[in-house]
Amino acid sequence: MLLLTRQPVRLAVALAGISFAGILMFMQLGFRDGLFDASVTVHRLLDADAVLISPRSSSSVSMAGFPRRRLVQAMADPDVVGITPVHWNLLLWRNPQNRSTRSILALGFEPSDPLLIDPVLVTKAQVLTQRGRVLFDDQSRPEFGPVAQWFKQGRIVESEISGKRVRVAGLVSLGTSFGADGNLLASSETFLELLPNTPAGSIEVGLIRLKPGADSVGVIKRLSSALPADVKVLSKQGFIDFEQNYWRSSTSIGFIFTLGAAMGFIVGCVIVYQVLYSDVSDHLPEYATLMAMGYPLSSLLGVVAREGFYLAVFGYLPAYFAGEGLYWLVRSATKLPVAMDVNRALTVFSMILVMCMVSAALAMRRLADADPADIF
Amino acid sequence: MRREVLQSIDLVIRPGEIVLLTGPSGCGKTTLLTLVGALRQVQEGSIEIFGHQLHGASRMARQQLRRRIGMIIQGHNLLRCLTAEENVQMGSDLLIGLSFQERRSQARDWLRAVGLGDHLGKLPHDLSGGQKQRVAIARALAAKPKLLLADEPTASLDSQTGREVVELLKGLATDQGCGVLMVTHDPRILDIADRLLQMEDGRLFAKTA
Repeated sequence: MLLLTRQPVRLAVALAGISFAGILMFMQLGFRDGLFDASVTVHRLLDADAVLISPRSSSSVSMAGFPRRRLVQAMADPDVVGITPVHWNLLLWRNPQNRSTRSILALGFEPSDPLLIDPVLVTKAQVLTQRGRVLFDDQSRPEFGPVAQWFKQGRIVESEISGKRVRVAGLVSLGTSFGADGNLLASSETFLELLPNTPAGSIEVGLIRLKPGADSVGVIKRLSSALPADVKVLSKQGFIDFEQNYWRSSTSIGFIFTLGAAMGFIVGCVIVYQVLYSDVSDHLPEYATLMAMGYPLSSLLGVVAREGFYLAVFGYLPAYFAGEGLYWLVRSATKLPVAMDVNRALTVFSMILVMCMVSAALAMRRLADADPADIF
Repeated sequence: MRREVLQSIDLVIRPGEIVLLTGPSGCGKTTLLTLVGALRQVQEGSIEIFGHQLHGASRMARQQLRRRIGMIIQGHNLLRCLTAEENVQMGSDLLIGLSFQERRSQARDWLRAVGLGDHLGKLPHDLSGGQKQRVAIARALAAKPKLLLADEPTASLDSQTGREVVELLKGLATDQGCGVLMVTHDPRILDIADRLLQMEDGRLFAKTA
């Protein structure tokens, strides 16, 4: 401890280095988790205990259709109390202000069926019964035009999707994701009008609600074996994992950010190693003296290890707070749900700890050079 | 390359006895000290300390023995980041079964005994050469050694401080009943020795004072 505080400059360099490494790791992991989290904002909001999708679907941006009767068949199970067939596709939305087009994720459902957990939607959905009306996500990116703003001002907001006129009849709050910069809710009828090529009776997602207290794992297993192979039965969490897994494994995003975090780790290692190594070198005669006095080598190694530990703890704290601050900045700039969670805080702390201890262990090799006979 | 540095050395140090060793540089005095101090492995011959044979002793055994040997060296080697009393406490920390408070108060007593009662909280940086050497002596004695090895403890001190330091050493060593082997070139302090030895080319000769 004193070895550190008596050299304030070296201490500051060490702590700055560790903090920097920590911040780097926080940011990279934060972005990664934030992006993965963001990819399932809509998934999380769905009012479902189990979900049917086509096995050909690979992610929310490329959902394949399956026969709607499969969902009706699922109703046969005694534990199933409700179903909602959902059309799910990306449509081209024309910005009502500058006329540019952009893909928006559109969900089509029967306005009388529950779609989202949010009970407010049930009343809002009633406006969708009129043909050509849509609910617009007010958290959509600004590139879609100032729709929410205009709507709140009381203007009639009309736009075009696939050459068909639609009118914004209300706002919902869902959130953007990886694949979709904005969201749109419409009735099945409107949806099919916008996408006339959809085969009759084909849907992309089927929501299944179970009796309260029903064994969801058992029901999913039953449904999987009862239904033909043209559908896949997932739990809601399974649906979320399915989406995240796509972004994690089928794209380079996960790899890139993990690599970034690994870089932070290595940079931190090098800095801590440098600091500890030069510290041990500087104090080598003193370590040798202690050995000559009869202190065992292990107690001296303990000193270095403790030095590493203190560095880890005191380097982590500023990294944590800077991480919080930067997350806030990222949230306000990108609307990505990047937040500090206990898991990541602990992951980064243990990485910093490992980093410092590994460096300390390497620096200890220098200590082995301390020959007590050299002090004379 | 192996070379025989020390030859036909036959030396016994009794408790409470002060033995002074002189000789030209390079004759092997320091080598002898490091061997006796269990800092080096004995390759041939026999050294026995407190009844323990050092020839072939393991690293662990030597480290344990070193706890009972005090060492004072020319470059005092105090720990720069610790205060005088903390440095001395590093010595008393080697004693087993004492509380922190006891060890701390012992350290203070030792510093008072060497006349540094007013400098307890100072860093080595702020002490003069003589004071540092006295701290080093206090540290060596704080571990209650049965054998004290000193390598030119007065080399960097002026004659008066050198004298004081050596007197102090003698007094404390006699009180503690610990044997002292001191290497020195300083003719002014030869008179405190019980026995005077002269070393030349690795051979030891007795010298009458």
